[in-house]
Amino acid sequence: MMKDQALFTYCMRLADDSAIISQRLSEWCGHASHLEEDIALTNVALDHIGHARELYTYAGQIEGKGRDENALCFHRVEREFANLLLVEQPNDDFAYAIMRQFLFSAFMHPFWEAMKASKDEQLAGLAAKAEKEAAYHLRHSAEWVIRLGDGTEESHNRITDALEFLWMYTGEMFECDEVVSSLVAKGVAVDPMSIKHLWVETVNSVLTRANLERPAQSWMQTGGRGGEHSEHLGHILSPMQYLQRSFPQAQW
Amino acid sequence: MSEQATPLWEVFIRARNGMSHRHAGSVHAADAEMALQAARDVYTRRGEGLSIWVVPSAAIVANDPDEKGEMFEPTASKIYRHPTFYELPDEVANM
Repeated sequence: MMKDQALFTYCMRLADDSAIISQRLSEWCGHASHLEEDIALTNVALDHIGHARELYTYAGQIEGKGRDENALCFHRVEREFANLLLVEQPNDDFAYAIMRQFLFSAFMHPFWEAMKASKDEQLAGLAAKAEKEAAYHLRHSAEWVIRLGDGTEESHNRITDALEFLWMYTGEMFECDEVVSSLVAKGVAVDPMSIKHLWVETVNSVLTRANLERPAQSWMQTGGRGGEHSEHLGHILSPMQYLQRSFPQAQW
Repeated sequence: MSEQATPLWEVFIRARNGMSHRHAGSVHAADAEMALQAARDVYTRRGEGLSIWVVPSAAIVANDPDEKGEMFEPTASKIYRHPTFYELPDEVANM
């Protein structure tokens, strides 16, 4: 039993969120609607890779078994991944990618802002950097949500579909199990309920400006934190992990 | 992306305090906010800038290249306009 199992689990969850959404965004490389957006989406992907690398490395140090960032990201199977179901949802079209990013960044921005006060120096240090990056991710995705929602009939329908499909994956961000609550009590983790009002405010104001209706449904999907994923995760991991699994220890 | 839906914008970047904005290139974007974001994403990825201006390309008035004789040739013979006859102190960094 390692010294701080809860902190290890917490860092791995955050690392997996960043790694998986980054991989999803990277799928747009060379495929986005126009050059400017192609670079914008991959810039966001790179920010998330940066967060994932720091978090995996830190988790490996906490674990103390010699696993580095590559071991933790590329040599674990689906059931060991603890990311939110939201971040693994597919890029069915540009609207889905934008809505997924918006719903996630609207949470991650206040999350990192609050994390700056963490008693864990590593997490507080990462938060200081990540908060600025998340602010831009939110700004970029929100402006697109507004333009797609308030754009043509076609763009409005597509962003509405994306919102209605992804909404059931938003509840997971606010789950608070023993791992989170024990670390909140120590002043290390962010209590997700303490920032929920900020998420709600952002989502409501952007959806209003976008002429979109907030979905009424209240039933929420769950399972990602416990390794129960949608069928999409395996298809994300196979190209993502291919190189390290074929050539373990390969270095850039 | 159609030219009508996403017109062209010229991008100007200021690299450091005390410098002037310089033309960096252009982007396609639907409106001013998206043009600013596109400029940030395309032209400041390696720490190139502290300030960005975007200007609708259509708003730029350019001279007619056929007029370059009357516009620019007369200056070629006026060497005394060049500040090369005295030495600049080192403290004057960015002339």
